[in-house]
Amino acid sequence: MVWQEHEYEAIPGSYVFDGKRAHSAYGLNKLFYSFNSADCRAEFDRDPSAYCEKFGLTAEQKRLVVEQDFLGVLRSGANIYFMAKYSIPRGVTVQDTGAAFQGITGDEFREKLLEKREGLEARLEREGGFWNG
Amino acid sequence: MKGDFGMAKIIGGITTSHIPAVGNAISDGVTQEPYWKRFFDGYGPVKDWLEDKSPDLIVIVYNDHGLNFFLDKMPTFAIGCADQYANADEGWGLKPTSPFRGDAAFSWHVAESLIHQDFDMCTCQEMLVDHGFVNPMRVLFGDHESWPIKAIPLAVNTVQHPIPSARRCYELGKALKRAIDSYPENLRVVVAGTGGMSHQLQGERAGMINIDYDLECIDSVINNPDWLASQSATEIIEQAGTEGIETIMWLVMRGALGDDVTCLHKHYHAPISNTGAGVLLLESE
Repeated sequence: MVWQEHEYEAIPGSYVFDGKRAHSAYGLNKLFYSFNSADCRAEFDRDPSAYCEKFGLTAEQKRLVVEQDFLGVLRSGANIYFMAKYSIPRGVTVQDTGAAFQGITGDEFREKLLEKREGLEARLEREGGFWNG
Repeated sequence: MKGDFGMAKIIGGITTSHIPAVGNAISDGVTQEPYWKRFFDGYGPVKDWLEDKSPDLIVIVYNDHGLNFFLDKMPTFAIGCADQYANADEGWGLKPTSPFRGDAAFSWHVAESLIHQDFDMCTCQEMLVDHGFVNPMRVLFGDHESWPIKAIPLAVNTVQHPIPSARRCYELGKALKRAIDSYPENLRVVVAGTGGMSHQLQGERAGMINIDYDLECIDSVINNPDWLASQSATEIIEQAGTEGIETIMWLVMRGALGDDVTCLHKHYHAPISNTGAGVLLLESE
C-alpha cells in the first residue's frame, strides 16, 4: 500500500484533510460526528474512555481524546470541523483550539487576530470602491 | 404551470461568509456591538437590494461541515431536491432554525440539466442544512418562522481532499446558469456563493488571515474570474489557509452570472472570528 504524496504536505503548520487522514482516522472522526446527538454527548461525558472503545480508537487516539490534547488529536487525523463538535461542548472554542495548536492562550490568539484590523479602512480606501460605512 | 409565463432568470449574485460566529452574533443580539457593527452594517445595501427586487428563490452554494454528510459518503457536488430542508443540532446544542422552503420541481430540473451537462450531481431528497447554509440565510433575510424566499442547497465538498478545482467550480456555475435559464417558470433567482475568505482553523498556522490575497480574490471574482479559477488547491491553501479554500465556491456564483457583471456593492472586513469576510452584490450585464 502506497499513499501518494501531495504538494500541500509541504505547507507548514497545516494538516490538509485528505484520503489518507480520512482513512486512518475514520473512527476518530466518526466519534466526533456522533456528537451531533445530545444523547451521544452525554454518553461520552459519563465515561469518555468507554465511549472511545465503541469507535475502535487506537490506544493513543483514546489517550489524546480523553486528555483533550487538541494538537495531538489533529495530528492523529481529526478533521477540524468534526473536532469542533468535540471541543465546543467542552467550553473550548475553535479559537481556543487554534491557540492550543500554537501553545498560546485564547486571549493571545484573539489579540493576534485583532491586529489584522489595524489600518483596514485606509487599506480599503487605497484599493477603492469598498463600502466603508 | 398555469398562469406562469416566461422563464426563470438569475437577477444577481451575492457572496458572504457563513461562519458559525455570524449566527451566534445574530442570536445573541450583538450585531451592533463595536466588534461586529462594521461587518453587519456592510450587508445593508444587499438587504436593501433584496427588499427592492424581492427574488423568488435563492440557490445557496456552501459546504456541509459534518451535519448532513459524514465521511462515509462524500459527494463532490450535491443538490437538495426536496420541498423542505431542516436545520439541526450540529453538536453545539443550538436551537435549530425553522425549516426552509425548497422547490422540488425546480431542483430536479437543475439536477437533470447539470447532469446532462456532465456535472454528476448527487441528488438529495432529505438534506439537513448546517451553518454554511443557515447563516447566509439569516444574515441576508433575518430570522423567520416562515422564510420569505425559497432556498435550494447546493453543497460543494471543500472538507475532504480531493476537492473539486476552482476551475471546476467556475464551470459548474456556468452550467448552473444554463440550467436555471432553461426552467420554464417565471422565477427570479439569486445565487449566493458562501464561505471564506482567508482563514485557517487548524494546525500551528491557525489564525492566519491574508488580507492582500482576499482583496485580490474579490477583484478576481468581479473582473477576472480566470485568475482565481486557474489556481490549484495547494496554491489557494498556501495563500488563504486550509479552510480559506472555501472561497472557490464564490466561483460557482460568478459562473452563474455570465461573462460581464456590474458590481453594485463590495465590502470587506477582518477579522470576524478567525476569518477575512467579503460581501459582494453583482448583477449580470
